[in-house]
Amino acid sequence: MNTLLTLKPLLALLPPLGLPLILSSCRSPNVREAWTFGAALTMFAVIASMLPAVWAGQCLEFTLVQVLPEVSIAFRVDALGLLFALVSSSLWIVTSLYSVGYMRGLNEHSQTRYYSFFALSLAAAAGVAFSANLLTLYLFYEMLSFATYPLVTHHQDQEARSSGRKYLLYILGASIGLVLPAMLIVFHLSGTLDFTAGGILAGKAGTGQVTVLLVMLIFGFAKAAVMPLHSWLPAAMVAPTPVSALLHAVAVVKVGVFSVLRVITGIFGTGLLAELNLGTMVAAIAAVTIVAASLIALSQDGLKRRLAFSTIGQLSYIVLGAALLSPSGLTGAMLHIAMHAFGKITLFFCAGAIFVATGKKYISEMKGIGWRMPLTMGAFFIGALSVIGLPPCGGFISKWHLVLGTLEADQIVFLWVILFSSLLNAAYFLPIVYQAFFCHPEESLFERQVQEAPRWCIVPPLFTAAVSVILFFHPQPFLHLARMATRHILGGF
Amino acid sequence: MTTAGYINLIIAKYNYWIYIVLMCIGLWAMIAKRNLIKKIIGMNILQTAIILFYVSIATKKGATLPILGHHDAGHFVDYATVINPLPHVLMLTAIVVSVATLGVALALAMKIYNRYDTLEEDEIHARVRES
Amino acid sequence: MSAHYPIFLVVAPLMAALVIAIIARERPGLCPPLAAIALTASLWSAAGMLCRVLAEGPFSYHIGNWPPPMGIAYEVDHLNALVLVAMAAVALINLITTRQAVASDFTGREGYFYALYLLFCAGTFGILVTGDAFNLYVLLEITSISGYALVGLGHRDAALASLNYVFMGTIGASLYLLGVGYLYLITGTLNMADIFSILPRLFGSKVVVAAFVIAMTGLFMKMALFPLHGWLPNAYSEAASPVRSLIAPLTTKTMIYVMVRLGLYVFPPDFTFNHLLFAKVVVWVAAAGIVCASVLALSQTSLRRMLAYVLIAEVGYMVGGFWLGNRMAITGAILHIVNDAAMTLCVFLAVGSFTHQLRDDRFATLKGCFRRMPWTMVVLATAGLSMIGVPPTCGFFSKWYLIGGALTADHWGLVAALIFSSLVNAVLFFRVFEIAYYEPFADPHQEHRPALSYAEAPATMLAPMLFTAAGLVGLGLLTGRIVTHIIDAAIPAAIL
Repeated sequence: MNTLLTLKPLLALLPPLGLPLILSSCRSPNVREAWTFGAALTMFAVIASMLPAVWAGQCLEFTLVQVLPEVSIAFRVDALGLLFALVSSSLWIVTSLYSVGYMRGLNEHSQTRYYSFFALSLAAAAGVAFSANLLTLYLFYEMLSFATYPLVTHHQDQEARSSGRKYLLYILGASIGLVLPAMLIVFHLSGTLDFTAGGILAGKAGTGQVTVLLVMLIFGFAKAAVMPLHSWLPAAMVAPTPVSALLHAVAVVKVGVFSVLRVITGIFGTGLLAELNLGTMVAAIAAVTIVAASLIALSQDGLKRRLAFSTIGQLSYIVLGAALLSPSGLTGAMLHIAMHAFGKITLFFCAGAIFVATGKKYISEMKGIGWRMPLTMGAFFIGALSVIGLPPCGGFISKWHLVLGTLEADQIVFLWVILFSSLLNAAYFLPIVYQAFFCHPEESLFERQVQEAPRWCIVPPLFTAAVSVILFFHPQPFLHLARMATRHILGGF
Repeated sequence: MTTAGYINLIIAKYNYWIYIVLMCIGLWAMIAKRNLIKKIIGMNILQTAIILFYVSIATKKGATLPILGHHDAGHFVDYATVINPLPHVLMLTAIVVSVATLGVALALAMKIYNRYDTLEEDEIHARVRES
Repeated sequence: MSAHYPIFLVVAPLMAALVIAIIARERPGLCPPLAAIALTASLWSAAGMLCRVLAEGPFSYHIGNWPPPMGIAYEVDHLNALVLVAMAAVALINLITTRQAVASDFTGREGYFYALYLLFCAGTFGILVTGDAFNLYVLLEITSISGYALVGLGHRDAALASLNYVFMGTIGASLYLLGVGYLYLITGTLNMADIFSILPRLFGSKVVVAAFVIAMTGLFMKMALFPLHGWLPNAYSEAASPVRSLIAPLTTKTMIYVMVRLGLYVFPPDFTFNHLLFAKVVVWVAAAGIVCASVLALSQTSLRRMLAYVLIAEVGYMVGGFWLGNRMAITGAILHIVNDAAMTLCVFLAVGSFTHQLRDDRFATLKGCFRRMPWTMVVLATAGLSMIGVPPTCGFFSKWYLIGGALTADHWGLVAALIFSSLVNAVLFFRVFEIAYYEPFADPHQEHRPALSYAEAPATMLAPMLFTAAGLVGLGLLTGRIVTHIIDAAIPAAIL
């Protein structure tokens, strides 16, 4: 593979990193939001400009600083990283739009802080996507943990405090307690931390060591919310909805699974895991999470909590796909990062729009809401279809590949897990839509009079829902990148 | 080792035993005494014990002061006839150090007395807890 | 001039201290600038020596042209040149930052404060540069005695804490002196290089073992290694804040340096690490100390007392790392001398800013400080992240080497202790951040929040604090260079 030395990965991080400085100096909300859009668009433009080179099979590299004699803080843009960066930076633009409507609609406090840390989180997410080695990834992973804390606890009340505590306890505890020692052990065994296609541990560690390291790293990246380290995610739903939408459906949680993907493919290597039969172990852990999270989601009445448990399940699809170690499984896992992002963010946008328009948070209070907010609930329906994995939505494509992956890997059990959990997904999403539209007029809690949320809360979910549908018909950019990445990882496929 | 051997060990190396006993007395006073002045005295005994140790290792039986007159210049000096001056010189410095330490300690003790009206540690701690 | 840097380094603050003591009463306004000039001169010499060492390798300076082993030699090599630059920088930054706090805390006595301050610095620099074991003792006592006096200058129970410090410090220094006495007894010399060359022939001697164990125990006392740490929490928390942010970074770290110096360049490393069971025991003691000090830190109710225990845990890091005896771990210990000095300075400057602005640093006082003193909180947060060990701050990289060294030595006890301490530090600092961030609770949807006055420190205090905080990140990013160019050369090649 050709490599190309370029400043672009660093340039992509600069707009969000510089934004807080600008924001702290401007007082007017309009100027502040204009700068936010400017930063988001610039970041997206820089990331998109890397697409042609990566598409042509090149790798963009940049070493920021040689921080240790053997390890540097370095960026490396490959197909997988670019896929994730594209998803998160494009959705940042949409979310910024939505934030304006939501934060103004609710007249929230400390909006400057909010936009600043939002930008920092995005920078960290892109940093993770572009990391060339485990140290750089860890650096940005931790930066993300700290940058999201003020967002999760935005309301600064007692509930935010206890949720924030839980959030940090899980995320930071796991990363310091598990990832840090695991990273050092990997370095001690192999003398390097660079992500390499075939892994860096092959032939350097015994079966026991590899198993322990794998467990430490899978659970250590607690942002992936693999059970039992998942309960920070429902707790983090106290955050304002745009935060839940972008961070807890896209940036934060996907950083977790992205890190797991990177570690499985770049540190251990698929060959080593297949040889030691450890893929099945990880897949089993993920399968348990998928089923358990879906079952718990059924019993949740809070809409955002239900979405949170749904996210936990969907994240483990990605881990499962990677753990299958088969070409289609990997492709499906990477695709699911993108597909699930567009679907889930739509659902969160809708939940927020409902909250802004009616103040309702619980599903039991939403009977008949469909006739009052038809656009919102329409978008919600499409988002739900995508997350369940039904055509004509993008989610179908990634699930299709995951199913193919189980067949390729000859692991029929996981096929049933995916199918069963899809049924559960349908069981916890579709009743919401059904109740919203098809309840008896006397049961309806709302009058049949259209009164949608403010414009800026409606346009973003409609847009992402539309993208979800378009991705079903034209999954090319993401599918191509995922295939390229898989080919690179498995070598020659 | 026989009893005679032990006795020999003690008598032949009596200077070490003296310094060890003195040092232990000093340490004991610093740890066990509750009065601050007694502790300070203990500290001084500890430092003096070590000064004694240094001085004692420099002595030789039958040797004299290492002072050379004019007529000795250029002559061979038999080291066995003069004691080693270096430890003494070192201990001059150590004495200065110990005096300075003592001074600081006493000044602090005065400050403590002015604040708590006592030098008994138990009473001071009771006062600290009260405030 | 540049040939005389080693002595100039020590003499500049020493002479300035004398002058300041003389003019303290008549011209108090001249004292701070004079002190700043003296310390700048020291920093300049230290930097010059580091450059010379990097260019030409280690060199020695014979005081009064008396050649060693008779005369006293000041030896400059990679190890102490690095530590010297760090310590001189810390002393100067602290001097500049605490200028106003000194003026308000020591009104009318500023001159004497600065005289003691400079004496303390002169002693510290002397300890770092000297190549003579007895000279080191004298300088150690100069540092300690001015340190006792500085701590005793504080209010409330400072005198009591200081007297306790005097007792423990004197026992420690006396033990060191005794150890040097035994070394002199068996080798007949006090010059470190001389002792180093003679000792290998005397490995079987019990006197050498006694000298080693006694001197090291004395140093452990002076550096407050758990469980010999009793003097530290009170002395550091009762001292006035400008004193605290001077002695906290300098004292324990200097003692660690002396331990490294003795262990590598006075006693041959083979003797230090392999000849006795001592090294293995010390590593376990250090690991236990890290855990215990971290747990004790959890139960404190004021920022400075919490930090005092964190500091004791950090001493355990360096002691544990050094006595593991492999190259990576010793690198970590030496790196942490520099990094910990910077981190400690940074946190205690932040504490000083709180005590100067709010008159207190108990957790209850810190409520709402992210709004009241945002920049000070940024400094505290940076230092906190560094102590937790989050990249790219320097704390992460010393932990990297320390844990890596423990892995190389297969010492899982120390690995666990280090990780545990990082986790506890995370809890400690986030508890502080939480208090400063949330309370007093406010209803987010109400316009009128409880009024909290903006109380940020003046810019003259903030600027050096922010510089130090940025320095933590800078040091972290420079780790690779510091290690390859300086620390690698500071560790004898025989150590793998």
